Amino acid sequence: MRWHRLAALVRKEVTQIRRDSRSLLIVVAMPVLLMLAFGYGVSFDIKHIPVCVFDREGSQQSQDFLKHFQASEYFNVVKTVNTFPAMIHAIDANECRLALVIPHDYSLKIRTGGPVSVQALLDATDNNTANVSISYSEAIVQAYSQQLQLEWLNRQVQFMTQPTLSVDVRTWFNEDLESVANIVPGVVAIVMAVIGSFLTSLTIAREWERGTMEQLISTPVTSLEVMIGKLVPYFLIGMLDTGLCAGIGVWWFHVPFRGQWSVFLISSALFLMVVLSLGYVISVLAKSQLAASQAALIATFLPAFLLSGFIYPIDQMPTVIQLITHIIPARYFMTITRDVFLKGTSIPLLLDDLIALAVFAVVLTVIATRSFKKKLT
Amino acid sequence: MLGRIREMLIKEFIQVFRDKRTRYLLFGPPVIQMLTFGYAATLDIRHVPTAVLDFDNSQLSRELISRFTASPYFDVKAHLTERRQIGDLIDRGEVVIALQLNSGFAEDLRKGQTAHLQVIVDSSNSNTALVALGYISQIASRFSVDYQFERFLRISPLLLPQLPRIVLERRPWFNVDLNSQWFFVPGVIGNLILVMVVNLTAFAVVREREIGTLEQIMVTPIRRVEFILGKTVPFFLVGVFETVLISLVGTLWFGVPFRGSFAVLVFGAVLFILCMLGVGLFISTVSATQQQALVSGFFFVMPATVFSGFGTPISSMPEVLQWLTYLDPLRYFLDVLRGVFLKGVGLDVLWPQMMAIGLFGAVMLCISVFRFQKSLD
Repeated sequence: MRWHRLAALVRKEVTQIRRDSRSLLIVVAMPVLLMLAFGYGVSFDIKHIPVCVFDREGSQQSQDFLKHFQASEYFNVVKTVNTFPAMIHAIDANECRLALVIPHDYSLKIRTGGPVSVQALLDATDNNTANVSISYSEAIVQAYSQQLQLEWLNRQVQFMTQPTLSVDVRTWFNEDLESVANIVPGVVAIVMAVIGSFLTSLTIAREWERGTMEQLISTPVTSLEVMIGKLVPYFLIGMLDTGLCAGIGVWWFHVPFRGQWSVFLISSALFLMVVLSLGYVISVLAKSQLAASQAALIATFLPAFLLSGFIYPIDQMPTVIQLITHIIPARYFMTITRDVFLKGTSIPLLLDDLIALAVFAVVLTVIATRSFKKKLT
Repeated sequence: MLGRIREMLIKEFIQVFRDKRTRYLLFGPPVIQMLTFGYAATLDIRHVPTAVLDFDNSQLSRELISRFTASPYFDVKAHLTERRQIGDLIDRGEVVIALQLNSGFAEDLRKGQTAHLQVIVDSSNSNTALVALGYISQIASRFSVDYQFERFLRISPLLLPQLPRIVLERRPWFNVDLNSQWFFVPGVIGNLILVMVVNLTAFAVVREREIGTLEQIMVTPIRRVEFILGKTVPFFLVGVFETVLISLVGTLWFGVPFRGSFAVLVFGAVLFILCMLGVGLFISTVSATQQQALVSGFFFVMPATVFSGFGTPISSMPEVLQWLTYLDPLRYFLDVLRGVFLKGVGLDVLWPQMMAIGLFGAVMLCISVFRFQKSLD
């Protein structure tokens, strides 16, 4: 390896990126876009669920019951209907996710005692929202029911109290239960997967496709130099974007950063090496830019998105898929970024994940150096 | 004219299908995406690792804990004796939830006062925390209702039938078991068409420009409209093919119900594919290299997916963004897909969505064909 040849190659790549004004824009815009899209768009704080109401009685008492739904921040009463078909249409047309049906003898039954059923019809197409809606509406109904019982008991001659069980919750690490705090550290990994492998996956394939590979092969550069020359600029871009993402997360979304920057940077560098090497190998093998980009999507973006625990918890997946996640480098990086951001975990507890990441980085870099042969096929 | 279009189509088809890797692209990524989404993308929460710290150690406290042990949602992994063990277990990520009952728990209930169940939750994954807290509050409220009943029965059995009580009858429609595969699989169709059609179309045109063969085509007698048709028809067919492929895998493999009419699905898919062809062509007019096309495509694909309600409900997004989602064609197509698959609704309900997709497609196609013609000059 000769330094001056390497320097020349790096300069060539940097110039190529710099002259392509769009690429420069991407370097800054891509992380910002991803950060904003995920930070604002991906929210599990299920609130303002649209509700449709079918009050078959229309009495003061039934309205009083409904007021408790209106007052809740989790529900938004968007529609009142008077017939069943109208209600069904509202659900079919996605106007509401929950429809409450109050029976026509609601207040009578309350007066005479015993259970009154209020129907909650849920559009369970989105199973998660439906599930959360059930929890919230149960809570509202239970609280209201308790209140009615107490009033009733106080009206009876014998005054008595009702014992209740209150649940006191203390949330750790993400005190306000905001999904943005959970999402943002993960987006860093997504951005790196995109920058690292999407962009690099095209670099070698492009030379083949355009025919400039022959020129490169006829020069005295070694294949190791080609690889390093190709990857160094993207490594720098990747690190820059990682910092940018972390900055947006901390200063714009106010996600706490409780750990050490050094841990974050070391693990980022390792993960970047993993995705860059992967992107490079794909690029060498694919030879066409289209095939390379699609392969990169499947090999890095998709697993980083789906199998890393970014959004979908790994321990809830089928056992086979859980086993597969162990060979997904993003999984380890995801754990590290989250723990560093939210829990402030220090190196000893993260050692397993760091070692796993380092092993991947070394193995993939070695594979990458072997993959490219200076040969015309 | 027809003859020339035919020649052009033959050329395009050969170009798409001759390369083994590209041929693989048509089957591989869709099926892989389908399987990973189908198996990995679940927000269901089961077997949440839980620790219990029971200082009361009474019959009542044990009964409450046994309700957690019996629930499929919680796995009681550890019975602790000291408070500091909680922090330790949560820090190491071995449990997500810790339940603490202080001494005097049973005493409070017996006296008719409020007893406390303390819950400590690792909320670094906000969704898991949120859903688990919902289950905890359901278990707790059921426990307190049951206890109240028993107590009431002991004190004044005659009054019990008169005690008013509201029961929430939940009826999840369309997806009775709240199965997340049913939610995701129809969505994957929309997402795949979006990614594949946009990328393939943009790449096909830009590739000719990048490797210089566009000039060769320009010197042939082919007209621009014919060129555009030749470039888009193959990908139109690819889109239709993917729709059918994934519908089959989804219904036959994952057992997702197909309750609506196939014709409505195909009609919606055709409109949406036209839309995406328009977007792909547009991207090709603003990109000089395939890397640029890839990235510009990404800038469309990413937000379009996030803001469509593909993974998380639109009603949870900030209000400004909710308005923006009306500009996202995938949003409407997802309504169509989920409507046809799960709800079994037809055009009478889905016509506004169809109109929106059609309108978006018409505008997009007009703009891009116009720009495209100019870019060829």
